[in-house]
Amino acid sequence: MTVTQETLIGGGQPSLLEVDGLSTHFRTTRGVLRAVDGVSLRVARGEILGIVGESGSGKSVLAQSIVRVLSPAQLALSQGSIRFDGIDLMGLDDEGLRALRGGRIAMVTQNPSTALNPVFQVRSQMLETWRFHPDRRRSGVDAESRMLELLAEVQLPAPERVARSYPFQLSGGMKQRVAIAMALMGEPDLLIADEPTTALDVTIQAQILELIRNVRRAHGTAVILITHDLGVVARLCDTVAVMYAGRIVEYNRTRPLFERPVHPYTQGLLGSNPVFGRRRSILTAMPGQPPDLLALPAGCAFAPRCGQAREQCRHEEPRISIGQDGFYHRCPVAAQSAEVESEDCRR
Amino acid sequence: MIELRELRKHYPIARGGWWSRSRSLLRAVDGVSFTLSQGESVGLVGESGSGKSTIGQLVLGLIAPTDGNIVYDGRPLPSGPAAVAALRGHAQVVFQDPYDALSPRQRVREIVTEPLRNLRRHHRAELEELAVRALERVGLHAHDLDKYPHQFSGGQRQRIGIARAISVRPRFIVLDEPVSALDVSIQAQVVNLLMDIRREQGIAYLFISHNLAVVEHSCDRIVVLYLGKVMEIIGTEQLHSAALHPYTRALVDAIPIPDPALGQTTAPLRGEIPDPANPPAGCRFSSRCPLATDLCRVAEPELREYHPGHWMACHRHAELPFSAPTA
Repeated sequence: MTVTQETLIGGGQPSLLEVDGLSTHFRTTRGVLRAVDGVSLRVARGEILGIVGESGSGKSVLAQSIVRVLSPAQLALSQGSIRFDGIDLMGLDDEGLRALRGGRIAMVTQNPSTALNPVFQVRSQMLETWRFHPDRRRSGVDAESRMLELLAEVQLPAPERVARSYPFQLSGGMKQRVAIAMALMGEPDLLIADEPTTALDVTIQAQILELIRNVRRAHGTAVILITHDLGVVARLCDTVAVMYAGRIVEYNRTRPLFERPVHPYTQGLLGSNPVFGRRRSILTAMPGQPPDLLALPAGCAFAPRCGQAREQCRHEEPRISIGQDGFYHRCPVAAQSAEVESEDCRR
Repeated sequence: MIELRELRKHYPIARGGWWSRSRSLLRAVDGVSFTLSQGESVGLVGESGSGKSTIGQLVLGLIAPTDGNIVYDGRPLPSGPAAVAALRGHAQVVFQDPYDALSPRQRVREIVTEPLRNLRRHHRAELEELAVRALERVGLHAHDLDKYPHQFSGGQRQRIGIARAISVRPRFIVLDEPVSALDVSIQAQVVNLLMDIRREQGIAYLFISHNLAVVEHSCDRIVVLYLGKVMEIIGTEQLHSAALHPYTRALVDAIPIPDPALGQTTAPLRGEIPDPANPPAGCRFSSRCPLATDLCRVAEPELREYHPGHWMACHRHAELPFSAPTA
């Protein structure tokens, strides 16, 4: 189902990133895998959007689809619209995409080692961004001093020494800082961070999260943060999209989503997460496990695990319910009970 | 039931490469003492290099300590293969990665009955019955006996690992990051299962984890480690009322709480975790501790019991602030 642009968030004001009805299906030997299915979202300038989901929910493929790094050969379907600052990314050729990636749109991955080339010094890798994106250079600043400035900004001790280091000489936390500094070389408008702290120790994770917060404050960078950690979302994000089996099941501003989760899957996620300082005798675990994306059930993909599922959920595609502010969820049962409530109020 | 006394495990490491043969010692575990009582669940918490997994291996007799000893039921644990023999049928282990911990070429039947077969006490029919009982306890079925691990999801594989561990009715299980590789919804199922089994069978757990929230939920007491040393031992109930060790405090503050209504968190701990082969002098935490004084950088603090059941190694224990309510 495609959501028209007018109905979504922001009203008439154009967002930095507007994704509408995005679907990415892969061709596999066992059939077509619907990794991302009909996803729509908005990211305003300077906004942090969190995308939460478990393994296989499609959150990383969504990020890869937005920057269009997936090889067309393996795709069975790639449709929808992606507009970045007015530019139609779906219609852009390789050259146009290359000019944006690493420049106006930068990416940080879970494992910083994969983002850094092991045989080159940090210095040459950072300066490469500068060479490829002449349009992103600040006037009157040379590459070398900008690099050192950024390495200092991400709180690396002795930036000169780090610049001359090879990746193996740095710890995991330091490599992730370098990766972020490298992403900032192109002065990005949008930073996509895919599980940036998952491989790091807690105290180092706290440092990197603070760093992302500071980057947004200092540069006005919009961020898409992909994570499985609800705590990280609550601490950092303005808006949240919860994904399940390739779809956004609930999309809202962070506070209302945590305080009044509508979709049973969101409620389940919040219930099964142990929270420090709020010990319960038992965690409210969700039964079952996420579905096989190659053999999705008819109707709502969450219905087999859902305590609130009705007969309709098992064969009807869940209808999308869009609120006045443009945020939405995909649970018809929740939508119906909300309608009943509001009618009761009117009486 | 188990007592660790001044346990040490040092590894010699070569530094600098073949041209400069300087040798030094990595003190993975450096003088660790604590106890695990019958039916108790003790959490072992720490970041990379804290020595928590090494302690797990030592307790299971899989590696021999450099110094110190482990007392099991009042008798010191022998070293080498004799340790494994002494613990056979008493101790079990569940590993972090359910994909690595199970042999892909064994059927569930062989996996689950392996510890039982090692005991050489049961007939084939009995083995089958005990395996089915263990499988059913973890939510799997008799018809799963003939399947291979690849036919199961990550959460189900972890259940198979737990079935293998409980098949012999052990007295204690070392759980080495048992839920860290699992998704949140599956993690909750496995944590609940582990807690139920413990309540029913009175098995003691040594619960190794980097996740304080999971440990708080699953354990009676928590041992906090940093670079091979115990920083603090504290009852889970005391966590929110006692003044905490500065490192424990930092760990607690670093946990992102899933509540957007909470205000800005305190500033995160600065600096990297030091190289375990080259730890700071004095208190191991002194290089990152916001309260460190000159004394902390030269003299190592002793682990002392300041309140019943609450042990801490900190020179500044008298000045520690009471923990702010976290929620």
